[in-house]
Amino acid sequence: MDALEIAQWQFGITTVYHFFFVPITIGTSFLVAGLQTAWFRTHKEKYLRLTKFFGKLFLINFALGVATGIVQEFQFGMNWSDYSRFVGDIFGAPLAIEGLLAFFLESTFLGLWIFGWDRLTPKLHLMTIWIAAIGTLLSSYFILAANSFMQNPVGFEFNADKGRAELTDFGAVLTNKVLLVTFPHQILACFMVAGAFVGGIAMWQIIRHPDRDIEAFRTAFKLGAVTLLVSGLGTIVSGDFQGKVMTEVQPMKMAAAEGLYETSEPAPFSILTIGTLDGSKEVYKLEIPRLLSYLGTGSFDEKVEGINSLQTQYEQLYGPGEYAPNIPVSYWTFRIMITLGAVAMAAGVWMLWATRRGRAPTSRWMLRAAIALPFLPLFANSFGWIFTEMGRQPWIVFGLMRTSDGVSPGTTTTEVLTSLIGFTAIYGVLAVIEVKLLLMYIQRGLPDLPTDVPDDDDSDAPLAFAY
Amino acid sequence: MELTTFWFILIAVLWIGYLVLEGFDFGVGMLVGVLAQDDKERRVLINTIGPLWDGNEVWLLVAGGATFAAFPEWYATLFSGFYLPLFLILIALIVRGVAFEFRGKRTTRAWRRNWDTAIVFGSAVPALLWGVALANIVHGVPIAENKEYVGSFFDLLNPYALLGGVVTLTVFFVHGCVFVALKTVGDIRTRATKLGLKVGVAAAVPAVAFVVWTGLDQDKLTVWLFGLLAVIAYVAALGLALKGRELLAFAATSAAIAFVAVMLFVGLFPDVMPSSLDSAWNLTTTNAASTHYTLVIMSWVAVVFTPIVLMYQSWSYWVFRKRIGVQHIPTEVLAK
Repeated sequence: MDALEIAQWQFGITTVYHFFFVPITIGTSFLVAGLQTAWFRTHKEKYLRLTKFFGKLFLINFALGVATGIVQEFQFGMNWSDYSRFVGDIFGAPLAIEGLLAFFLESTFLGLWIFGWDRLTPKLHLMTIWIAAIGTLLSSYFILAANSFMQNPVGFEFNADKGRAELTDFGAVLTNKVLLVTFPHQILACFMVAGAFVGGIAMWQIIRHPDRDIEAFRTAFKLGAVTLLVSGLGTIVSGDFQGKVMTEVQPMKMAAAEGLYETSEPAPFSILTIGTLDGSKEVYKLEIPRLLSYLGTGSFDEKVEGINSLQTQYEQLYGPGEYAPNIPVSYWTFRIMITLGAVAMAAGVWMLWATRRGRAPTSRWMLRAAIALPFLPLFANSFGWIFTEMGRQPWIVFGLMRTSDGVSPGTTTTEVLTSLIGFTAIYGVLAVIEVKLLLMYIQRGLPDLPTDVPDDDDSDAPLAFAY
Repeated sequence: MELTTFWFILIAVLWIGYLVLEGFDFGVGMLVGVLAQDDKERRVLINTIGPLWDGNEVWLLVAGGATFAAFPEWYATLFSGFYLPLFLILIALIVRGVAFEFRGKRTTRAWRRNWDTAIVFGSAVPALLWGVALANIVHGVPIAENKEYVGSFFDLLNPYALLGGVVTLTVFFVHGCVFVALKTVGDIRTRATKLGLKVGVAAAVPAVAFVVWTGLDQDKLTVWLFGLLAVIAYVAALGLALKGRELLAFAATSAAIAFVAVMLFVGLFPDVMPSSLDSAWNLTTTNAASTHYTLVIMSWVAVVFTPIVLMYQSWSYWVFRKRIGVQHIPTEVLAK
C-alpha cells in the first residue's frame, strides 16, 4: 500500500469511528434536555432519575466523541495537505466557524451542566443542556457545509495563478442545495439513533428488570420509540429529496448506487442483485420498475443516466480516467443503510405494539431486538456516510480535484502507517472500555437521588458531582 | 491595518489563550502524578479543572481552524510537516480527555491507576511538544520552494526547540501548582505552593536561557522587550506565590506565558513559517493567506462572536470559583 491508500484508510477508520459518537451526542442531548424539562415542569422524580441515567450514558459517549474529534480537524493538514492548500480558502472557514460558534458553546455549557447541579438555579441549569444541544446542531450545519462543498462545489472560482479554488460567495456555500437536503436528513438520522438508543435500553430494562422502575422506563421507552418513528419518517422524506439532488449534481453516484450501467428511461430500482454487479453475470435480480426514475427525478418516466454514458461524458470533460466509484461498495452500502433504518422502524412499531395499554413484553426475541435496536440506525448512519464519501470517488472535491492529488506529498508511508496503526489500536482499546462502561451503567439502572444539601461558597458539603 | 496582519494577531491571541488556559490544566494533570498523596487528593486536583479543561482545549481547535481558514498554506505545511509530533499530541489529548471522564466511573484501584497514568502522560507530552513545535515554527525549519516541509522528524528535535519544550513543560507545571494553590483548601494548597516555588526556581534557568536565545536568534528589539516582560512577570509570580498572594501569582504566571508567546509571535512576524533553507521560500502572512474576501467574512465572524465566547467562558470560571478540598469529594470505597 502506498501513502495515498493508507491515508484513505486512516480517514475512513477515524471518521467512521468518530461518527459512532456524533449521532448519539446530537440526538441524545435533546432527549436528555427534554427529560430534564419534564422534571423542571412536573417535579416528578422519575424524570430527574431518567435525566441522570441517560445523561451519564450520554457523557460516557460524549467523552470519546470529543477526544476523537480533534483528529478530524488535524488530519486534513496532516494527511491531505495538498487538498488543504487547494480548498483552504473555502473549506477552512466553516471549520473555523464551527469551532468558534459551536465547540466553545458545547464544551463550556456541558461543563456547566455536568458540574453545575448545585451551582446554578434549576432554570439556569436546564438552559445549559439546551444550549449545549443547540451547539451540536450548529456544529452539524457548518461541518456539513464543508462536506457539501466537496460533493457539489459552489460559490468559488478557480485561480489558475495560485492553483487553488477561491471563495466568491460564502452565502452560496451556506445554502448549497446539497447542504439544505443533507442537514435535515442527517439530523433526523441522529434522532433515529438517539430514539433507538433510549428506547432500546429502556425496553431491555423492562424485560430484564420488570420489578425495577418499570413506570419510568415505560416513559423512556415511549419517548425513544416515538422519536425513532417520527424522525424515521422524516429521514425517509428528506432522503428522498436528497436522492433527487444527488441525481442532479452527482449522477454517477446514483448510477453506482444502482449498478445502473446503461442509461434507462424509465429506470427500475434494483432491490437485490445476485451475481456480479458489472452486469456480466446476473444470477438473480429483483427490481421495481420505474422506481429509480421517481427517486432520482420525481417522475416515473424520466431518464436516469447510466455509468457507461457518464464515463464517456466525464472523459470528454475531464480527460482520460476512471470516473466511476467502487460499484459494489456503492450498491451495497446504499441498500444496507436503507434496510437498517427500515428494520429499526419496524422493530420500533413492534415494540410499541407489544407494550400497548400496560402490557409488559417478556419474550427472548424482544430482548434481543431491544439489544440490537440502537445499533441499527447507528450503523445505518455509518453506511450512509461510507456511501456518500466513497460514491464521490475518484474525486475529493467533485469535478475539481482528485483524491489522489489531495494527499500530502511530503509525508512518508512510514509516518502515515505509524499514525494509522496508532489511532486504530488506541481507538480499539477505547471502544472496548467504552462499551463495558456503558453496559455497567445500563445494568445499574436508574440512580438514586441524593438528599438535597444547601450549598454556598464556604460549605464543606460534598460536590453534587465530582470526577 | 492589513487583514492578513489582523489575522496573524488573532491567531496569536488564540494561541496565547490556549497556552495560558490549557497550560494550567496540563500542569494540574502532571501534578496528579506527583503532588497528590491519595485518591481523594487526586480527585481534588482533577476537579479543580473538571468543568474547565474541555473549554480550554477548544482554543486549540479554534486556533487550528482559524489557521486553516486564514492561512491555508501555513496550516498545510505545519500539519503535514510536523506529522509525528502532532500525532503524539493527538494520542495524548485523546487518552487525557477520556481519562478525565472515565476515571471516576469505576472504583477499583487498578482502574484509577491506569487512568492516572493516562492523565499524567496525556498532560506532559503535549506540554513538552507544543514548546518544541512553537520554537521550531519561529526558528525556521527546512521548507522547500513548493512550500513543503522537507526535513525529518529528528530535525525538529534540535537544541533550541528542545529547550523550548523544556520551558513549556516546566512553566506549565509551575502554572499548574499556582492554579492549584488558588483553587484548593487544606494541606494540598500549601504543598502546591511549596512545590511550585521549588520547581519554579529551577525552571527559571531554562526559561531565561530560552528568552535570551530567542532574542539573539530573532535580533529584534521588541522580542527582547517582551522577553524581558516575561522574565519580570515570572519572577514576580514566584515572589507573589512566596507571599501567599495566590490570585496575583496566578495572574503573573499567566502573564509570563502570554509574554513568552507574544515574544515568539513578534519574532515570527511577518513570516508565519520561515524556511531555514532559503528566506525566499518563507511562508509569510501574505503568501500563505486566504483571499481578501474570505478574510473579511472571517473577520466579521470573529469580531462578533469572540466577545460572546469570552463572556460565557468567563462566566463559567466565575460559577466554578469555589475552592475545593478533600471534604468536598464524596467518599467512596475503593476495591482492589
